Amino acid sequence: MLLLRRELALAWARGGGPLLALGFFAAAAVMLPLSLGPEPARLARVASGAAWVLLALASLLSLDRMFEPDFEDGALDLLSLGPLPLEAVAAVKCVAQWLVTGAPLALAAPIGAIALGAKPAAAPVIAAAAALGGLAFAFLGGAGAALALASRRGGLLIAVIVLPLLTPPVIFGGAAIDNFQGGLPWLTPFSLLAAYALAAAALTPFAMAGACRNAAS
Amino acid sequence: MITAVALEDLAVQRGERVLFSKLSARVVAGEAVALTGANGAGKTTLLRVVAGLAAPLAGTVRFEGLPGDAGVDDARREHCHLVGHQDGLKSARAAGAELEFQVMWTGGDRAAARDAAARLGVTRLLNLPVRVLSAGQRRRLALARLIASPRSLWLLDEPLSPLDTESRALFGEIMGEHLAGGGLILAAVHDPLPIPARQIRVGA
Repeated sequence: MLLLRRELALAWARGGGPLLALGFFAAAAVMLPLSLGPEPARLARVASGAAWVLLALASLLSLDRMFEPDFEDGALDLLSLGPLPLEAVAAVKCVAQWLVTGAPLALAAPIGAIALGAKPAAAPVIAAAAALGGLAFAFLGGAGAALALASRRGGLLIAVIVLPLLTPPVIFGGAAIDNFQGGLPWLTPFSLLAAYALAAAALTPFAMAGACRNAAS
Repeated sequence: MITAVALEDLAVQRGERVLFSKLSARVVAGEAVALTGANGAGKTTLLRVVAGLAAPLAGTVRFEGLPGDAGVDDARREHCHLVGHQDGLKSARAAGAELEFQVMWTGGDRAAARDAAARLGVTRLLNLPVRVLSAGQRRRLALARLIASPRSLWLLDEPLSPLDTESRALFGEIMGEHLAGGGLILAAVHDPLPIPARQIRVGA
């Protein structure tokens, strides 16, 4: 709890926390009709897919701030000598990242998708899928951020490591929303999305802790 | 409480280079050991190896006096303080909030953090953001953690270098009290410590 509170405070202190991701998402959602043309039929067809791509990109924005500052100023050393193993520290950091970017984006996603022409009845499914997807984005993003530690200009490296891993949740999440709107069975892709997110949350903390130890020694 | 730290046949590398090998030493409760050696001899790396933040190339670090089921990592997480060049204080946050977090994270409480700040004369600075503090003030803030959350093994990397004469004397006094209470100090230094300390030369 102590660590989670601090991580949230730090996320607010650097660049307004959720505002950055939300602002990016809103701006990109507004630009989409400008580039595609305003025909509602065409927009409605791409709405859920576009919303997912924007979510994935918005969640990339603050990844390079997850471990890098703590690594550079020695806070990671202090965190290693605290009561929790580094695996748990990494998991807490990802939960904080999710609370600061994933959860607000999950609330914004239905608004964005509906504004682009998705059916309003799909809002709960979109929010739930975006929340699960955001969880996967946070943990996989954390793994990428930890692996890129100690490499100069890690920002680009993080995107290159993380984006392929974000593809499955984008596919499952987009399929769940599309199927729901088309009256098709949507629970299967939704469960796959949930399974992917939970597997990411269960496994990546070990990778993050290993990567942090490796970078520090 | 740790009663002794034993370093056995340690070899340490940094990058591709082996800094030293076959280093054995023992620090017992109530004793301060000063690690000396040229720049780059491996003093900082040795402290990081003892803290478990870096792996030695060969050899082991053992902590004595702990209950039988406590592993090396538990010992480090509960009994070990490290104060180095990088203090982990976030420049944008208030000094008081940062001190409080560091103290509570290492097992102390708010009241102890306040008392420690008063002892080191940084109470006045607690409302300021860390970024406006001088190097010496930051170091005093980092040292406040040592007395606010009691841990027996202090690993200090050049603890005195940014401090003024008065603070050095004060910290000498604090180290003396820590040793009298059965603590252990392993410090990398260039200037001699203000307390009696056994010297171990690292490297070369």
